[in-house]
Amino acid sequence: MIKQLTIGAITALALTAGSAFAAGKSGHVEDFDFSFEGPFGTFDQNQLQRGLQIYTEVCAACHGLQYVPLRTLADEGGPNLPMDQVRAYAADTFEVFDPALDDFRSATPNDHFPMSGLENAPDLSLMAKARAGFHGPYGLGLNQLFKGMGGPEYIASLLTEYTGEEKEEAGVILYENKSFPGGWIAMAPPLFDDQIEFADGHPSTVHSMSEDVAAFLMWTAEPKMMARKQAGFVGVVFLTILSVLLYLTNKRIWAPVKGKKSS
Amino acid sequence: MSGIPHDHYEPGSNGEKWLHKRLPIVGLLYDTIMIPTPKNLNWMWIWGIVLTFCLVLQIITGVVLVMHYTPHVDMAFASVEHIMRNVNGGHMLRYLHQNGASLFFVAVYAHILRGLYYGSYKAPREITWIIGMLIYLLMMGTAFMGYVLPWGQMSFWGATVITGLFGAIPFVGDALQTWLLGGPAVDNATLNRFFSLHYLLPFVIAGLVVVHIWAFHTTGNNNPTGVEVRRGSKEEAEKDTLPFWPYFVIKDLFALAVILAVFWAVVGFMPNYLGHPDNYIEANPLVTPAHIVPEWYFLPFYAILRAFDTDVWIVIAADFLTAGIIDAKFFGVLAMFGAIVVMALAPWLDTSSVRSGRYRPMFKWWFWLFVVNFFVLMWVGAMPAEGIYPYIALIGSTYWFAYFLVILPLLGVIEKPDPQPETIEEDFDAHYGKAGDATPAE
Repeated sequence: MIKQLTIGAITALALTAGSAFAAGKSGHVEDFDFSFEGPFGTFDQNQLQRGLQIYTEVCAACHGLQYVPLRTLADEGGPNLPMDQVRAYAADTFEVFDPALDDFRSATPNDHFPMSGLENAPDLSLMAKARAGFHGPYGLGLNQLFKGMGGPEYIASLLTEYTGEEKEEAGVILYENKSFPGGWIAMAPPLFDDQIEFADGHPSTVHSMSEDVAAFLMWTAEPKMMARKQAGFVGVVFLTILSVLLYLTNKRIWAPVKGKKSS
Repeated sequence: MSGIPHDHYEPGSNGEKWLHKRLPIVGLLYDTIMIPTPKNLNWMWIWGIVLTFCLVLQIITGVVLVMHYTPHVDMAFASVEHIMRNVNGGHMLRYLHQNGASLFFVAVYAHILRGLYYGSYKAPREITWIIGMLIYLLMMGTAFMGYVLPWGQMSFWGATVITGLFGAIPFVGDALQTWLLGGPAVDNATLNRFFSLHYLLPFVIAGLVVVHIWAFHTTGNNNPTGVEVRRGSKEEAEKDTLPFWPYFVIKDLFALAVILAVFWAVVGFMPNYLGHPDNYIEANPLVTPAHIVPEWYFLPFYAILRAFDTDVWIVIAADFLTAGIIDAKFFGVLAMFGAIVVMALAPWLDTSSVRSGRYRPMFKWWFWLFVVNFFVLMWVGAMPAEGIYPYIALIGSTYWFAYFLVILPLLGVIEKPDPQPETIEEDFDAHYGKAGDATPAE
């Protein structure tokens, strides 16, 4: 009875990840191997810095990151840029409207990234968490549980799966994309090979840049991931020790009440 | 407080005597913590302490979250991101609160199923059961309103769908829905009242928990045999029971620590696994999500709600007989709330004189089918209402009602129960042998 119900409870947890199953007909999503997957996965800081560069040079033209404070670029669990560099980046890259001055001024680390410049370009701050919706097979959530499939996979796939086909619909040009639900997306293919020159000489293929910028967007969506996993690990270790101690205490207390166990 | 005879608190020092004469609070605590508890309780009797812990966890994390949250449609979503990014430890607090709701429901479902299997709802524990059902209803209301507060897409559309259920009530539905929402649609007024109630209801739950505990401390705990503790004398009762402290406190704390280790792993390593990704998109009344899906713990009832569509003959019959007053939508609403009502009526629907399912050979099968059916409904509730899924939902919903309205009443008449042990002591000794007895007992 106990065992069966316990198994039942665990199955409930596994089964009901189905609640996460909602995105309509989803397209093809490739299972990228990101450094931050799994309980011990961490962000690759060089990758985050490359991703920031790709975002700044390409994505930022249309997409905003309105929930992300610029100062967090210096966070240890994130891109970990020196504060001077963050200050220079903020000042050189973005202008913000300051109600106190009633005028625009260059950004400081205390400002956030701007909002989307283009009206129908969604804000990307949380996109890596908002697109984690393919919990197949049959809504059981196993792909996410065992393969670590999530939003970053979707973003990277979306950027690599353009077929090159275009069509015009109601005056809007749509581009065929095998990852996008429905197959046709309004965003033109944003990346091409050798588009960006990285300071560390890292190659810039469409595939590698897609991966880098998806990793960066995972960080913007979940900036405290590394702190969270560490807290998770420490907590599990301490609770396991506590469980063992309580198990022994319990056994000791009950020993005089229980006789020899019969078979 | 308890009906089982046991030692009561005797004030020792003069100070204790002084206090006891004026306010017997130490005695009350003593009687509560030292209550004689059947010594054969198994590991399914630990969920009560898990539930108590969940309530405390949710209240504490919730109170701190409120210090940083802004209940306004233009700021709620951003204030949650503020908590996640800028508040010290805010991301852990929020994930604990969010997943704490899931742990709460895992525990409450295990707790309810334990009660259903071991007949804990039967006389004389009907009041405990009814209070428990009220707590469960309030939990669902609280969780639903809490889910609206982050003001994501699922918050908004979930609120729209669920409050729409009240709109299905004949004649007064539209007016009632407008009154509940504070306007024609889900908006700032709705968010504010949900926030207010989400803060209030946990304290109502806490009050009902006290009544729940009071009720079963009066009747004494049920136990896996369903056989009552002997109450002839203190000595007799002591053969069947042990005091709650330290025997069951330590046992429960051990179980709690194991469960919390798993819970902490979920919070630390996969905090969004049970949530819906669309809730990381800010609410937008102009964009409807492809599928509107409630949180996992509502899915069985969501499946029942959707199961009765216009193609089902009983719905057509109800529509015809009531001249359209009970249409398919209202029928679904009645079915969903009815599913909980029939469960609450279990003490009067179950006609068997045997309490514990352990000694009911036929009941066992129906019970486990009920458990499987519960998970099937949960799964089908998450699937789109197309293809084969509505049929599965309909079969599952039918079984839910059949279990309470047909199977439980009939089994009591046709089933021949297995022999039960005479006493709890006999059951306990059969498992563990007599205390201090080196030879295995039979």
